[in-house]
Amino acid sequence: MRVINTQAIKQAVFQACQDIQFRYSKPMEEAITHYMNQEMGVGKAILKVLLENSELASKEHIPMCQDTGMVVIFLKLGQHVHLEGDYVIDMINEGVKEAYDVAYLRKSIVKDPVLERVNTQDNTPAVVHIEMSHDDRCEILLSAKGFGSENMSKLAMLTPAHGLKGVEDFVINTVLTAGPNACPPMVVGVGIGGTMDQAALLAKQALFNEVGERNHDPRYAQLEQDWLEKINASGIGPQGLGGKTTAIDVFIKTAPTHIAGLPVAVNINCHMTRHVHIKL
Amino acid sequence: MITLTTPINDQDLDQLLAKDFILFSGELYTARDAAHQRLVKDIAAGTPPFDLNGAVIYYVGPSPTPPHLKFGSAGPTTSSRMDVYTPTLLNHGVKAIIGKGYRSSEVLESFRDHHAVYLLAIGGSGAYLGQCVQSSEVIAYEDLGPESIKKLVVKDLPLIVGYDVYGQDAYVYAKTLK
Repeated sequence: MRVINTQAIKQAVFQACQDIQFRYSKPMEEAITHYMNQEMGVGKAILKVLLENSELASKEHIPMCQDTGMVVIFLKLGQHVHLEGDYVIDMINEGVKEAYDVAYLRKSIVKDPVLERVNTQDNTPAVVHIEMSHDDRCEILLSAKGFGSENMSKLAMLTPAHGLKGVEDFVINTVLTAGPNACPPMVVGVGIGGTMDQAALLAKQALFNEVGERNHDPRYAQLEQDWLEKINASGIGPQGLGGKTTAIDVFIKTAPTHIAGLPVAVNINCHMTRHVHIKL
Repeated sequence: MITLTTPINDQDLDQLLAKDFILFSGELYTARDAAHQRLVKDIAAGTPPFDLNGAVIYYVGPSPTPPHLKFGSAGPTTSSRMDVYTPTLLNHGVKAIIGKGYRSSEVLESFRDHHAVYLLAIGGSGAYLGQCVQSSEVIAYEDLGPESIKKLVVKDLPLIVGYDVYGQDAYVYAKTLK
């Protein structure tokens, strides 16, 4: 049994919320540079501005994007961990609140989704999913999800008859429909299988992959690459103004499903894809 | 580089062509979802919080200004969410709107009818865009926080002409390049 104080979780959340806001991750920076070198005209000019933006954000300590996101956390708790201290969910939200205050991040959360829509003023609550693992570690997968791209995400309850072709059409159409609204180049998370809710969670989890990371099943790894190629052949390009760089990567996650169903969720992220993976 | 400066007159807009890169300087008003909801009500009541005639609107909810800077991060939000309100604003004299993404055909028609332009800012370049802000002042709906209406004075804000007064659309043009 390993004891983890929830204060340590709060501290990790506090730090992580800030670490992801001021610069692209190294793999993303390299990927955008790579695509920029292949683009011409408007597409090239836009990718150049995005890289300069990240550079400036880091130098001046300003968030790369004004939409500093809704915090989404997957907390993976080992079976052999004993949490002590204040209630873990409260501590996570404390970490979010303090980070968004001290780092001058935008508070973008409204308490009631449809009636009053009053801003909570501290960017809480975060969306927290708790999962179990075999070990004695506590893993925190944290992201700050922007809503330009979140709004363009979709879910479909396809049927077995739709098959792979149906899944592919749904994924590609969702991305192409998103177009400039999702601030392309995008990162595309695809969840296939499970139930409605699990497909959506898988799509969200897929967005925690690093650029270039492939599905362990070579068949899905191939689909990731094929779909990326198809999306980039669309010509939508950076910001929807034309070019070869509509998406930086596509990640697929799958789960067993029911004999009657084929749920598919597509969660879209922009090029910032702000996320971090911490192990305590 | 083509420049656009407030106050805007019709001839200034005539020289802008879809997909041109331009630099905008002068006054603009920030407004996004919640501010638009209130704004159209106040317009209907005959009490708009600022003079819409000739005004420039920027769809943005900036991040807070840190003490060492003039302004926070300030990139565009998705324009289509404001489609339902846009014809009302154009009817009342708004001459340019800054945002990102596709607009409905009704909104594009309204831009054309009112000799107004739709300008694009690069989504995801908020740090860069925010540093073009010289001064800012909350002028309405302060309780909305990041969604309040602010009057900004900007210098050399880099934009792309999305929809010009001749009815040319930069997004439609991009699709022909494929």
